Amino acid sequence: MIVDNAPTVLSVKNLTANVNDTPILKGLKLEIKAGEIHAIMGRNGSGKSTFSKILAGHPAYEVTGGEVVFEGQNLLELEAEERARSGVFLAFQYPVEIPGVSNLDFLRASYNARRKHQGLEEVDPFDFEDVVRDRLQVVQMDASFLDRSVNQGFSGGEKKRNEILQMALLEPTLAVLDETDSGLDIDALRIVAEGVNQLANEKNAMLVITHYQRLLDYIIPDYVHVMYDGKIVMTGDKELALELEAKGYDWVDELQPVGV
Amino acid sequence: MGVDLSGLTDLNKADLDALTANSTPGDRAPGKAAQRSTYYAGLLSTVTAATPATDWELVQRLRSQAQAVAQEMALPSTRDEDWRFTDLSPMLAITLRAPALTTLEPAAIAAFAIPEAPVRVVVVNGRFAPELSNLAGLPEGVTIGSLMAVTDRERLASHLGQQGSQDAFSVLNTAGLNDGVVIELERRVQVAKPIHLLYVATADQPAISQPRCLVLAKAGDSHCTLIEDYVAIGQGGYCTNSVMEVVLGNCATLHHVRLQREGEQAIHIGKTAISQDWNSHYTLTTISQGASIARHSIDIAQTGPGTETILNGLSVATGEQLTDTHSSLVLSHPHGTADQLHKCIADDRGHTVFNGRVFVDHDAQQTNAAQLNRNLLLSPKARVDTKPQLEIIADDVKCSHGSTVSQLEETELFYCRSRGLDLATARSLLLDGFAGEILDRLPIASLRSTLASQIAQRINPGSSS
Repeated sequence: MIVDNAPTVLSVKNLTANVNDTPILKGLKLEIKAGEIHAIMGRNGSGKSTFSKILAGHPAYEVTGGEVVFEGQNLLELEAEERARSGVFLAFQYPVEIPGVSNLDFLRASYNARRKHQGLEEVDPFDFEDVVRDRLQVVQMDASFLDRSVNQGFSGGEKKRNEILQMALLEPTLAVLDETDSGLDIDALRIVAEGVNQLANEKNAMLVITHYQRLLDYIIPDYVHVMYDGKIVMTGDKELALELEAKGYDWVDELQPVGV
Repeated sequence: MGVDLSGLTDLNKADLDALTANSTPGDRAPGKAAQRSTYYAGLLSTVTAATPATDWELVQRLRSQAQAVAQEMALPSTRDEDWRFTDLSPMLAITLRAPALTTLEPAAIAAFAIPEAPVRVVVVNGRFAPELSNLAGLPEGVTIGSLMAVTDRERLASHLGQQGSQDAFSVLNTAGLNDGVVIELERRVQVAKPIHLLYVATADQPAISQPRCLVLAKAGDSHCTLIEDYVAIGQGGYCTNSVMEVVLGNCATLHHVRLQREGEQAIHIGKTAISQDWNSHYTLTTISQGASIARHSIDIAQTGPGTETILNGLSVATGEQLTDTHSSLVLSHPHGTADQLHKCIADDRGHTVFNGRVFVDHDAQQTNAAQLNRNLLLSPKARVDTKPQLEIIADDVKCSHGSTVSQLEETELFYCRSRGLDLATARSLLLDGFAGEILDRLPIASLRSTLASQIAQRINPGSSS
């Protein structure tokens, strides 16, 4: 929701970045205020996922210029774990399997790392079970998933639900959902989207990165941005997503100046 | 690496000396061959001199046969295929003696107690210590005692010293065969609680102790868990040369846990020789984390159809440690299954070796065998050598084998960090996970947590690096 005079959560100015010495982001600008849901659409290779990895602090992505300010602090100065503890959350396109590490232990370690940063007391295993059981309902997940290794043997939908469960526990100020709809059937998509909607409020912000309009039927964005060649080239409301769906990405190509 | 001499047939000794002097590690220098023979002969006389005479004909015969074979042997070198990656040269600098008689107070070994395993057989420096052992509470049909105290000697004739390959160390063990532990299970005995077989070395003397154990499970539906556990009191250098023989009758089930947590300066050589009759189930879970040089040889023969063998292993080498596991599994009857997962973690200048051979003979049709060795290299100076070997003669089998060597996955580390865990916590979480896959297979809960924290301490000193 767009709230008048809401504080700025994320401010990105002229961001440029390389992956393996190849420029991917070429002057990205974006401003997100509390309460807002933004969607970034674009075809493969336009830089959407690179942007999400940079926000999360992936060491393989090299920022070459510009600035990223999160709640008034320079995000680029923080390590990945410091960003997570400060309230930046990335729901991965491909959540990683960690064999041998129990999901419950992993969630608790993560939850306590965030709480410690907030100056709150860490939660012992016994109390944490109550906390996590309460959040399981957000994504309609069975408690048996807690005893399994992190994401190991989970279906695509189960992995994405596990991501949203983590988001429910960490209560981030900025949640970046990277292609969360990829590989999901319609039921899983609905469950994941409803989970996200339950978590959205006037204090936090969501950045939904997606290739298709489909997800935006369930998570209604306040702003839709179109990314092209490492920049945001168009911004509109949810109607833009529908127009993009109808006309295809070739339409965006044709609007670009020749030779760039 | 050394010079390859395999194609050099016309060179004389002087040429060879010239070639090797400049470029080979000490272990392969020709001058060392004589030293190895002398050293081994010295060990042999040390061991035999300390072995009291016996009137037991079987033991007399086994000893003299082994002594005769040992005359022709030397301390293995890296020229021996079986010892290619395991350099025993550091042993040459240690003059090993027969262990002096040692008496320990029960308090000295209290820390090694495993709560789930009240029945405990304690062996100190290779000698059975009945005063430290607790054999109360054994169910009827289980007999545990000293080899030399066995009354029905005939029964052991076809089992003692009958298995496994004749390598220099097991021959040395048999040449000095004296004391030992015999565990016998009658048919249909269900031993509810694990039996703890605790080998204590008092690392106060450079001694060679030679533990020996024979486990006999008679045909019939018996079930037992055995924890073979090597520990040390003190920090000095010593050598353990152990042989464990297990004979499983048909339909017998044994879960064998083997914990090698010897002292830091120890040399540990161990042989586990198993024969499995039809429809028996044998599971071996080994955790090797101690000693400066450790070598464990596993020799398993399935001697009847429908037999199951499961091998779980975890080796951890940090500092300057070398940990070598050689396993050989021979399937020669139909419908056998074998499942082996061996994991190694090498940190600092640590070196792990895995050589696993699975042989599926002509008659072993419908065999289902899988072997996997996974290795984690944590430091640029650490080293992993791995050689999975699968040899199949039968034509109707399902077999797989493989080996992986990797570092901690960057994607996994980043995933953990993106959830607020710092690098050190992420590292130790992933390491716990890697080791946990094997530790979780231990049938004793308290061991899982104890060993997990012991291993974590080895790999992540201070967990801040």
